[in-house]
Amino acid sequence: MMIALPVHDANSAPASRPRLPERAGIGLRSQHYQQVLDANPAVGFFEVHAENYLVAGGPFHHYLGLIRERYPLSIHGVGLSIGAQQPLDTEHLQRLAVLLERYQPQAFSEHLAWSSHGELFLNDLLPLAYDSATLERVCEHVDQVQTRLQRQMLLENPATYLEFTGSTMDEAAFIGEVVRRTGCGLLLDVNNAYVSSVNQHWDAQAYLHALPLAAVGEIHLAGFAEDRDAAGARLLIDNHGAPVDEAVWRLYAEVLQLIGATPTLLERDNHIPPLDLLVQEAQRAQRLLDASRPARQQASA
Amino acid sequence: MNSQEDFVAALLDPQRDCPPQLKAWNGSDPAARFAVYRNNVLSSLVDALAVSFPVVQQLVGEEFFRAMAAVHVRQSPPRSRILADYGAGFPGFVEGFPPAASLPYLADVARLEWLRIRAYHAADAAPLASDALAAALVAPETLGALLFQLHPALGLLDSAFAVVSLWAAHQGALAIAGVDPYQAQCALVLRNGLEVEVLGIRPGDARFIQALQQGLTLGRATQQASALDAGFELGACLAHLLRAGAITHLAYDSERPLP
Repeated sequence: MMIALPVHDANSAPASRPRLPERAGIGLRSQHYQQVLDANPAVGFFEVHAENYLVAGGPFHHYLGLIRERYPLSIHGVGLSIGAQQPLDTEHLQRLAVLLERYQPQAFSEHLAWSSHGELFLNDLLPLAYDSATLERVCEHVDQVQTRLQRQMLLENPATYLEFTGSTMDEAAFIGEVVRRTGCGLLLDVNNAYVSSVNQHWDAQAYLHALPLAAVGEIHLAGFAEDRDAAGARLLIDNHGAPVDEAVWRLYAEVLQLIGATPTLLERDNHIPPLDLLVQEAQRAQRLLDASRPARQQASA
Repeated sequence: MNSQEDFVAALLDPQRDCPPQLKAWNGSDPAARFAVYRNNVLSSLVDALAVSFPVVQQLVGEEFFRAMAAVHVRQSPPRSRILADYGAGFPGFVEGFPPAASLPYLADVARLEWLRIRAYHAADAAPLASDALAAALVAPETLGALLFQLHPALGLLDSAFAVVSLWAAHQGALAIAGVDPYQAQCALVLRNGLEVEVLGIRPGDARFIQALQQGLTLGRATQQASALDAGFELGACLAHLLRAGAITHLAYDSERPLP
């Protein structure tokens, strides 16, 4: 089932592999379709949730087709349930393959999480125990996805709120092993890294350094909400409903120091502000990208 | 053993304990943290229903709507990973939800809103070329044997309540005070270009369109519509469907001659 993908060395990627530009992008929202076409905002790319476009026809496909002609595209899946204790839904994978064939995105990503059980779809990114059984299963599923889609996928690090007593490895090591075994890339969600670090009492810098940073193909930035756990400790909720927090901006700047300019998405899925505000937030990321050194991949181009 | 099974059961049932094998770094009760997942699942799905059924929400108020939707989410969580599919069972649930029984028209308003969602995302289909029907009209003797294929977005609702007026009043198109909800209405939902339209139509029009959808000939459909509604006007109804791009193909049914 293994696809012929580079393992260990991102520089051995075939030259034809599509890449997002090393710029800041934003999520494409239906309420902004016409404005995007009218104003051509200066963003590097758009990202859409795959499942929103698994509909037969109508305005979603109409507008995505037009916007795809003008901008690079990232397709971000939220329903594949790669971590589920059950086989992947091959029909869903087939629908994704058709969608990717139609829109030819520069990147496809999914989550280190699960969201389905049996026939039920929970519409949330649920946590995994980091043990050898989960590792085998996740690698098998990532292999299956990459084989079916005939491309590398990026796997996103999750935002988590608790841990499993049965975990035998830490999250960064787990992700590193999935990347090493499957050749998938990493979608580094800096907000998730920060949220999980606060929620799990990790050192965020140490977590980042332990990740397979050479495999990062895209970065996500988003906002969180704040709550307290039963003992009164800070509990951050990854709600994609607020501007990016200053602590996350600082962590992002550190990441760029480590890996150079990398395609960066500003994620906002709730409390969607006017398009101008999303573009402004992306411009802040763009200034940091402009100030950072070129990405490592440029060396082999 | 499947630990995700326990996790799912506890996610959907607030009476159940937090699943075992979970912990927090500070030794605090993991239930408070598990509640984040519980809330994410429930509130995101209630939000999805609120987006699809805005007029139902306006009719009952946000608090009632969210409580009602939460009961539905827990009873019938999605079985599709495509959220646009979630909500097909909501009108039926509303119809049998006792606290909403004082608003008997609520379920049909939900049905109308669901037809709008279906229409919005339905497959694209080019309307019939304008000269195709004209060519068919040249041979009136075979007209009755014509079969029509209608646009996949097209939907019908034959209601005992004033669904079209109730819906229109919540779009600001007419005053709610003037709407008698207990007046029967038929609704035609279609997508004209990129816009979903809701139109009040005569009972005869509804029967005619339904007959065409079922694959009956123009002759049979006309017969059924006229039998139901003496005021049915074939020309006006056809012209309307054509203008809205609701007819996509024509064919002759050689097996079934003129009635």
